[in-house]
Amino acid sequence: MDTSDELLLDIQHLHTAFRVHDHFYDAVDDISLTLHKNEILALVGESGSGKSTLATSIIGLHNPRNTKVTGDIMYNELNLVGLNEALFNRIRGNDIGMIFQDPLSALNPLMRIGEQIAESLVYHTKLNEKEREARVLQLLEQVGIPDPPLTAHQYPHELSGGMRQRVMIAIAIACKPPIIIADEPTTALDVTIQAQILDLLEDIQKEIGSGILLITHDLGVVAETADTVAVMYSGQIVEQGSVYQVFEHPLHPYTRSLLRSMPQADSDDEELHVIQGTVPSLVNMQRTGDRFAPRIPWMPASSHEEHPVLHEVEPGHLVRCTCYKTFYFPDEKEAAAAGAPQNANEGE
Amino acid sequence: MSLIEIKDLNIHYPIRSGFFNRITDYVYAVDGINFDIEEGETYGLIGESGSGKSTTGKAIVGLEKVTSGQILYNGQDVTNRHERKKIKYNKDVQMIFQDSMSSLNPRKRIEDIIAEPIRNFESMTDTEERDRVKELLDIVGMPSDSIYKYPHEFSGGQRQRIGVARAVATHPKLIVADEPVSALDLSVQAQVLNFMKQIQKEFNISYLFISHDLGVVKHMCRNLAIMHRGRLVEVGTREDIYNNPQHIYTKRLLAAIPKVNPSGREADKAHRREVEREFQDHQDKWYDKDGKVFPLQQITATHSVALPPDEVTQIKSEVG
Repeated sequence: MDTSDELLLDIQHLHTAFRVHDHFYDAVDDISLTLHKNEILALVGESGSGKSTLATSIIGLHNPRNTKVTGDIMYNELNLVGLNEALFNRIRGNDIGMIFQDPLSALNPLMRIGEQIAESLVYHTKLNEKEREARVLQLLEQVGIPDPPLTAHQYPHELSGGMRQRVMIAIAIACKPPIIIADEPTTALDVTIQAQILDLLEDIQKEIGSGILLITHDLGVVAETADTVAVMYSGQIVEQGSVYQVFEHPLHPYTRSLLRSMPQADSDDEELHVIQGTVPSLVNMQRTGDRFAPRIPWMPASSHEEHPVLHEVEPGHLVRCTCYKTFYFPDEKEAAAAGAPQNANEGE
Repeated sequence: MSLIEIKDLNIHYPIRSGFFNRITDYVYAVDGINFDIEEGETYGLIGESGSGKSTTGKAIVGLEKVTSGQILYNGQDVTNRHERKKIKYNKDVQMIFQDSMSSLNPRKRIEDIIAEPIRNFESMTDTEERDRVKELLDIVGMPSDSIYKYPHEFSGGQRQRIGVARAVATHPKLIVADEPVSALDLSVQAQVLNFMKQIQKEFNISYLFISHDLGVVKHMCRNLAIMHRGRLVEVGTREDIYNNPQHIYTKRLLAAIPKVNPSGREADKAHRREVEREFQDHQDKWYDKDGKVFPLQQITATHSVALPPDEVTQIKSEVG
């Protein structure tokens, strides 16, 4: 990524809290991120880490009665937090395109594909009907649909999953938005289709120069497509950096555990690494100290910071808490022996 | 003798149309496949959606009517229902489903869910039954007080483990696992896979592991088959398939797996596009004139590929 590229989105200290039994609980807790032109920023985490909540906060899809969003999301001198609905409608689709995970439930089953794509053109452009039709066909062709005139007249249920996802992308890029948010765009697809869709996203990005916020739980997808990565756990960013920094020198215990639990072992007797415990729910989340600490109980309390903050270990590579310095896996005996002061269990 | 032998299995669905709703054509969901599962092994069946892999799995547990062909269990024919009943086949073969939310009855407590196969096949007193359920929950690492809870009170990974507990309740010989971890997060997936392996070692269970995730299959299975358009395109050991793939479809699947190695991604992408181009351009070389997969031809003792005969002799000479 070229950092000199124009800054598109500047998120500072964003909090998104949901109301549960008359209390507000932070699902997104003090997140700061930036998205530049031509950048693919991947947001990784398990379900419940708050990654989709962050995305829906950016495009303002939360019900203000049950959700409190605070902080700043700056887009071209405009703060998207607390923006009124009329202004937001001008931004959605035109400036920020969104690709949802499940195209069958995101597309309207009663509208023909062509009409659905044309919808945002009606709101955001001054094209007349003829021009819109031409643009729809051009978009369908751009996303690699074999017979655009036919598809434009079909309904969502007549298309396969991969084709539906292509239609979603066509809708998202209809107005050439500078920002595209893709929430798990390939999770429901077969691997070969997934590869095609990711290639398509990259091609489109090169063509219109958007910044893409890619939300996924698939580390392989991130390694293949992203420029920068932010790993989320319990509503916070625990590690952030370029894709090379995060995958080649992962530091935070959570990132390292995730990479280790991927099935890629060659030996068939080898057990997969399991992260102890479970992702805490919104209400039961521990909000002081290191939130990942309960899942690495063999690490002494002294290795964690009292109020973990992001440390810059390399330019652009941020890690939360200091526990990464002494972190080891329980089965790494050599590392434990050579490493920091801790109580080795399998000592004698 | 293998535990399960699948012989020329065909499952066709009729397509009815016209004025009298007559059968005009068939969907060849499973079109003549053969494979064996040995005792205590995990056999992988890989394919994309629509390839017929789940239909095959359902046919083995008896949830799908077989059009023609045979399923042999310890050498005995279990293709139709009466034969299955005679030898308690339904007790010995169980299934784990992909979607744990829809495969557990939302109105039953965990105790009743796990006890259902026990009640079907074994006669136990209430206390024996409860002890057995608690023991099963313990095997999959769940607290014993969860027997009074309902499925919605658990997370996805826990529900999937309840599904595993139910499947092992009757001491089965074979479990058909249809995409057991596709809906789970990475860390939870690792947990469930580890449990499946532990249980396998403990009770000497065979698995038919149906999946589209080649990474998971590589971890779990020693022998595997790749399925496409209702037929097998390549069968072999893990090493045969992953290190020496011969069919373009297998190569295409392998090339499409995202790798966790950002510095090699440009090369991976180029390779993927090249394979994809070959797949698109040379359909006639890999598939017959109706677009079907060729019959399997053996190239080594363990490795078979669906290719036209002249291609196979060429590969054989290269290998030999």
